Amino acid sequence: MLEPSILAASLIHGLANGAVYALVALGLSLVYGVLHIINFAHGALLMAALYAVYFLVERVGLDPYAAIPILVPAAGVVGYLLHRYVVAKASRGREEAVLLVTLGVALVLENLALALFRSDTRTIETGWAFEMVAVGPALLPAAKLAAAAGALVAVLALWAVVRATDLGRAIRAVAKEREAARLVGIDVDHVFALAFAIGTATLGAAACLLLPTYYVSPQVGHGFVLIAFTIVVLGGMGSFWGAFWGGLLIGVVESLGGLFLGESLGQIGIFAIFIATLLLRPTGLFGRAV
Amino acid sequence: MNRPAIFSRSSLSRRHLLAGTAFGAAALAAPAILRAQPAPVKIGLLHPVTGFLAFSGQQCREGALLAIEAINAAGGIKSLGGAKLEPVLGDAQSKPEVGAAEVEKMNEAGVAAIVGAYASAISLATTQSAARYGIPHIVDVGVSDQIVQRGLTNTFRFCPGYGVIAKIAIDNLVALNDAAGKPARTVAIVHEESLFGTGTAQLLQKELPARGFEVVEVAKHANPTRDFTNVVLKLKALAPDIVIPANYYNEYVLLARTMRQQGVRPKAIYSVLGGAASSFKFVKEFPDDAAYIMDCNHWYDPRKAEALELRRKAEAKGLYYTYEVFLAHEAVRLLADALERAGSASRERIVEALATSSWDGHFMPYGPTRFVNGQNEGARPVNTQVLNGTIEVIFPAEFASARPVFPMPRA
Repeated sequence: MLEPSILAASLIHGLANGAVYALVALGLSLVYGVLHIINFAHGALLMAALYAVYFLVERVGLDPYAAIPILVPAAGVVGYLLHRYVVAKASRGREEAVLLVTLGVALVLENLALALFRSDTRTIETGWAFEMVAVGPALLPAAKLAAAAGALVAVLALWAVVRATDLGRAIRAVAKEREAARLVGIDVDHVFALAFAIGTATLGAAACLLLPTYYVSPQVGHGFVLIAFTIVVLGGMGSFWGAFWGGLLIGVVESLGGLFLGESLGQIGIFAIFIATLLLRPTGLFGRAV
Repeated sequence: MNRPAIFSRSSLSRRHLLAGTAFGAAALAAPAILRAQPAPVKIGLLHPVTGFLAFSGQQCREGALLAIEAINAAGGIKSLGGAKLEPVLGDAQSKPEVGAAEVEKMNEAGVAAIVGAYASAISLATTQSAARYGIPHIVDVGVSDQIVQRGLTNTFRFCPGYGVIAKIAIDNLVALNDAAGKPARTVAIVHEESLFGTGTAQLLQKELPARGFEVVEVAKHANPTRDFTNVVLKLKALAPDIVIPANYYNEYVLLARTMRQQGVRPKAIYSVLGGAASSFKFVKEFPDDAAYIMDCNHWYDPRKAEALELRRKAEAKGLYYTYEVFLAHEAVRLLADALERAGSASRERIVEALATSSWDGHFMPYGPTRFVNGQNEGARPVNTQVLNGTIEVIFPAEFASARPVFPMPRA
């Protein structure tokens, strides 16, 4: 029934979505890899970033992509302060407490958004966002293609930071062995907060890339946080390339699921993968046994 | 708006009295009228003016306010001594439970009646809440037939429900297809997930096979949806002759645009209550995507001068003249007619007056109103098609302004 060209189109479409999922998941994976905490506030922070883009576009008249150089550092600063003065302080170094604190941050952010903006669904109109561009057999909305390309650039930039800078080396050192890192003179608390800052900064970039073809509402983070957790588990907790390939795979599964099962049931595939990973390969595709 | 006028008139007459001029008699009469100025009648206007239905809800509110303005300018409710209508605005935030809560507030505010609430799911909730206080509730747009099937004596719907609309839509589709030599056989339905879309889709899915059409796909989508690629790719694979969308404005526009961009070109896009198909906003903003789209929807009788007059007024206010505007406008006028005949702002008397209403002063193609279990029996939809950048009526024949173009041209 389904011609190969339609399957291919759905596949390419899924890859484009998956690139943005990968970016969102990378932020989450980085925070887990370094701090060993599960950041439940990830979705709420993405929601906050989406609102920031929305108001920059609607009130200031910025192009959503021109907002990237503003929002990425701004999100980073927010992330740093949030970790240093809220998450680290309130949890007093206990990992299970961190979990609750990030959950609390998520609740506060969401309800704040509800109080300030009500549960309205807001979208921006850029005019060209839904112009179609041919990619092989697929036709993609221009803004979706731009988002996928932007996400790839952001992933590579993040990888370069982690691989080739002193900060990256410090982050990796803290991730591997935090006591030894402290002994060689690394300011571990600072690095923790920086890792959290980078994780949040990726959301700033993701928000700018997403909004032209998406919407923002106080609950918008929920869908992303579930997908991001699945990706991180699938790729291997804390694995950089695991999150990347996992993101692409989940994008494709979602797209093909939507094609075969319909929009409402299409997400079943994602959670089937989540459960299968936990049962069959709990370390994930790229993870190592602890 | 009324207040300053009253004050200025009364101060003017007082000055005349003090001066003891030749205008004495007139001036003496004036304060008497002013003292007799009857209390305004509070009317609740309850619509989803924020949330995903914000555009439609605001359109409804504007239409209703235009009606109140016109009624007040023409001297208010005469049987109540010229009582003015005073709108009490409510926002259902596109959510049924918020709509129900707004009814409580309106009851506290002492409204005589409520006009609302645009969406089926919201109207179900608001009519039920209003019934608890015996508040007469005119449903301006909600098309689900459940609204008038629960035995609520306070609930009146002026416009047709989706049962009647689906039946007429199918009749007209069959007529259209037969006249063209039956080129269409397969149908795909794309509908939104709430009461309105799901209910409409179920009716169509049941009726179409009996009339010689094969339903090859029924695709349901969420509100909001910002990506129809998968739905459209599936349509591309199935290549149905006719695509029937039943959804709200934003999703309708995006679906139509995605279909054209992905090169999906059925013989007809034939909407049943398409959220955008007979909207001047869609036609103006995306003329290429809207071209040849047909719709079976609420539409005014173009032979009635008042309908065209309201269009002029709405457009002068910068509004698109959509079905929300004229249905809410006429729902308020239906209420005004009931108030006039009730000669009282008591809720029971208004309910009685509505139940026995036979109002023919409206500009919809319905005939005089006749309510059976709260449903206006004469109400019926009209078929339109977007042709040459505007919306033409193609059915019923009595006031069609153009001949349908079917199948739609390729490219």
